[in-house]
Amino acid sequence: MRRVRQFFALTFLLGCCVVIGAEPARLPAEQLAKAIRNDAISIPTPGELFAALEKPGKPNWVGQMRGPVATTYKNRPQIALNLGSLIADGFIAVEAKDSQQVKNIGTDIIKLAKALGVSENVLSRGNSINEFAENDEWDALQEELEATQNEVKSSMQSHRDQDLIILVSVGGWIRGTQAVSAAVMQNYDERAAKVLRQPALVNFIQSKLNDISPDVRDEPLIKEVSGELPGIEKLVTFPVGKAPTADEVRKVNEAVGKVMSRIQAKEAK
Amino acid sequence: MKLSILSLSIFAAIGFNTATAFSAPESDTEVAARKAALDLAGAFSNEGFKMRDGHWSGTIKPHEHALIAVNLYAGNQYWFSVGATEPAKKIAVNVYDETGKLVQTEDYNEGEKAAAGFSPTSSGQYYVLVDLVEGSESSVCLVYSYK
Repeated sequence: MRRVRQFFALTFLLGCCVVIGAEPARLPAEQLAKAIRNDAISIPTPGELFAALEKPGKPNWVGQMRGPVATTYKNRPQIALNLGSLIADGFIAVEAKDSQQVKNIGTDIIKLAKALGVSENVLSRGNSINEFAENDEWDALQEELEATQNEVKSSMQSHRDQDLIILVSVGGWIRGTQAVSAAVMQNYDERAAKVLRQPALVNFIQSKLNDISPDVRDEPLIKEVSGELPGIEKLVTFPVGKAPTADEVRKVNEAVGKVMSRIQAKEAK
Repeated sequence: MKLSILSLSIFAAIGFNTATAFSAPESDTEVAARKAALDLAGAFSNEGFKMRDGHWSGTIKPHEHALIAVNLYAGNQYWFSVGATEPAKKIAVNVYDETGKLVQTEDYNEGEKAAAGFSPTSSGQYYVLVDLVEGSESSVCLVYSYK
């Protein structure tokens, strides 16, 4: 009887230890690797990135705006990359509350969209952007820019231009990261710098670029952009919870700036 | 979490108009699941959350789940809203960090709608796990909001 009591006491104690020390089960790495990843939900919009950057304090958005980019590219992948970067510019202009700049960018977005032969739905977005900009409706403008980007992608999907969809996202991410890293460099703050940590995102973008058709993947500009991504992935891989130093931010800015210069160069080699 | 029925319906209408998907054509049940998710996410607009114009839709069976990768930014607050259609009775949403560790979230459950909210302290990849806890095979839709 005594042994039975000892057995139950021991079992109870072990049970308590298990409960007290219990941690919720972790998802195994194999399960994480099989997670659903898609452009529509796994790639954040420039609006999300800029919202996070603003938390420690309003950055100098006006200082991040760039001059007009060419809208006469002939190379479709280059047009798609620039379209994405222009949409990011639209978000920057909205953050800077510069309605004229938003209208200019809206016009350029429509020019590039037309060059890709996207649907009329996208073209009508240009009018809405102008209207919202006239009335300083900044929240509505952000929604309209996001909707424009998705409408462009939707149109590409229906025109069997799927390869170009990821290029729009890539252009947006590179331009957004360029603007954010530049803003952090101007006024370094650890909390703001933390937004630059996105290794999995760059890795996902690389895998999507590897999946596009060989004729697009072999375009010199796309090869060049793809070739820079492994280096950029390393530069945005910081330990969890640790903010990059000012020097690390500068390196990210230089790397994405180099890619952006190639994307917006007048003639893609 | 303060959820007002009135705001749900108002923002649902706005959200439904502004959300544009660029995936394959959706079935009626997927559209209904998306509307349910947008209804729920619309409530967070009252608290200043912006709804991301993008979603994931799919079908899950009882006691199965869908795991969706998202990339989030430290400093932002997020709500992940999931809607399902009949015959789903109860769904659950959980968030895991990049190592697969469960993240502490604020939860909302209302039968075939559920949401989880949190503020990441580290930027990077997170995983949203959607479970069909009760009911039969159903369409589900995930949307998220941030501020």
